[in-house]
Amino acid sequence: MSHAIELDDVHVSLGGSHVLQGVSFSVPTGGVTALLGRNGVGKTTTLRAVMGLAAHTGVVRVLGHDTRGLAVHRIARLGVGYVPEDRDVFAGLTVAENLRLAERVEAPAYDDAFALFPDLAARVRQRAGSLSGGQQQMLAIARVLLNRWPLLVVDEPSKGLAPKLVGEVAEALARVATTSTILLVEQNLAVVRRLAERMVVLDHGRVVHQGPVGDLDDPDLTRQLLGVAAAR
Amino acid sequence: MTIFLSLTFAGLALGAVYFLAASGLSLIYGLMDILNFAHGMFMTLGAYAGWDLATHLPASTPSAVTFALEVLAAVAGGALAALLTEVVFIRPLYGKPLSQVLVTIGLDLAVVALLLGGFGANSLSLPVPLWFLEATHVGSVLLPNADFVALVGGVVVLVALEWFLRRTRFGIVIRAGVENREMVSALGVDVGRAFTLVFVIGGAMAGLAGLLYTAVFTGDLLSPLQGDGLLIFAFIVVVIGGLGSIRGSAVAAVVVGLLQDYANYYGGQHAGFSEIGNLSTVLLLALVLEIRPRGLFGRAT
Ligand SMILES: Nc1ncnc2c1ncn2[C@@H]1O[C@H](COP(=O)(O)OP(=O)(O)O)[C@@H](O)[C@H]1O
Ligand SMILES: [Mg+2]
Repeated sequence: MSHAIELDDVHVSLGGSHVLQGVSFSVPTGGVTALLGRNGVGKTTTLRAVMGLAAHTGVVRVLGHDTRGLAVHRIARLGVGYVPEDRDVFAGLTVAENLRLAERVEAPAYDDAFALFPDLAARVRQRAGSLSGGQQQMLAIARVLLNRWPLLVVDEPSKGLAPKLVGEVAEALARVATTSTILLVEQNLAVVRRLAERMVVLDHGRVVHQGPVGDLDDPDLTRQLLGVAAAR
Repeated sequence: MTIFLSLTFAGLALGAVYFLAASGLSLIYGLMDILNFAHGMFMTLGAYAGWDLATHLPASTPSAVTFALEVLAAVAGGALAALLTEVVFIRPLYGKPLSQVLVTIGLDLAVVALLLGGFGANSLSLPVPLWFLEATHVGSVLLPNADFVALVGGVVVLVALEWFLRRTRFGIVIRAGVENREMVSALGVDVGRAFTLVFVIGGAMAGLAGLLYTAVFTGDLLSPLQGDGLLIFAFIVVVIGGLGSIRGSAVAAVVVGLLQDYANYYGGQHAGFSEIGNLSTVLLLALVLEIRPRGLFGRAT
């Protein structure tokens, strides 16, 4: 299996607007592929279609399995961990309960998760709703590490974090990427350059560019695709 | 003072029954977004299941044993009715919330009609121990034994439910699902199983509520309409307490039970107005909705 994710002509309509208009791309197994694009172009919707959370037409294959007709929990059990855009930790549950909920294997890798985020180990009894934004992000990532799943789908992990925390989270994801494939949506181009090898760029619900992350070195192309100057 | 204490005790007992009726309703709404009008039917069927079992026992059965078996039958009857409702009617309509609500209303109407046709209104009497009709001195106050039974039932279920929701994996799934169902399934958890389970738990508690209500508050008379009467107050309790919150339901149930008893006694006596208990409940509902639209324990989403 050479591709962790394959999308073929995926369309999504939300509230009457045609949000994904035939998205096709593949995520090779291993390393980090970045999914980029301006705000509102359909990055989150693409990840939701992969997880089965957004109703779509077209074909999505996850870890070699056609996901048509599979319920969301069945798609996740193929071996994919989802870190959503707004973290979505369960505020009323403790850190320990949030983690316990995510356990899907006999021997969950708590050691790995706590080695990466020692801050969480000290707060297992704390309610997730009372954690800082950075701690919630760490919990959302730790939650999908427990099962050592081969594929992670991560939506804007640095959003709203202080610069120091952005570095910590990126460091953690870099380590995870040595063992899992990651499809990463990220606005912070410094983080993208640090983590990703390949990128797919969306605009208006369509793929408009695919290539190595080194393409960001071309300032004109970057401005044209993302509307921003590339961070060095 | 004595009267006040007796009223308080009776109000707490009524609150216990409201809690049993409301907590399942609240969990079902919190997890599945379904206003379950069939909950009244679960209560009624629970009471009738208890009665039915009692009619099959030998006359020599000690009355306490009979009552214990009635409780088991009510819990099992309510749970079974809820299981069938969820599997046969709710599950095929998943994703169509309006149809789900309508089917629960239809079921409720059908079962009430069947029971009315089969047994008539208020024609059956539930056997309860004679001890229920007596009272116990607590200090200077004489408290009806039946009220103790309702109160113990409510407290035992509250403690068991809190334990279940906090300490078991299914409980964690349910609490998480009330917050964000979608994210629970994205973690690989089959939320559909939790749906069935909350229906069964809710039905079991409703069955117990129906039986205790008959044994404690209706002079032991069974009525096909009693569940729907209770259901209205259960909905009010759920809304006041906050949708999906068990503690909210517990607090609101006690508040509504006490308010009804106080208002009925003092209001009825001084204002000569017999529906004043129900009226004050509705006023309280309006007040809570005005000040805290999400209810006392409701969390903003
Ligand atoms: N529930 C919805 N109803 C209607 N439009 C939506 C809904 N959710 C998202 N959209 C629209 O779909 C587009 C893509 O959204 P999204 O995938 O979140 O973009 P991105 O993650 O790239 O910022 C946006 O224009 C957004 O306004
Ligand atoms: Mg997004």
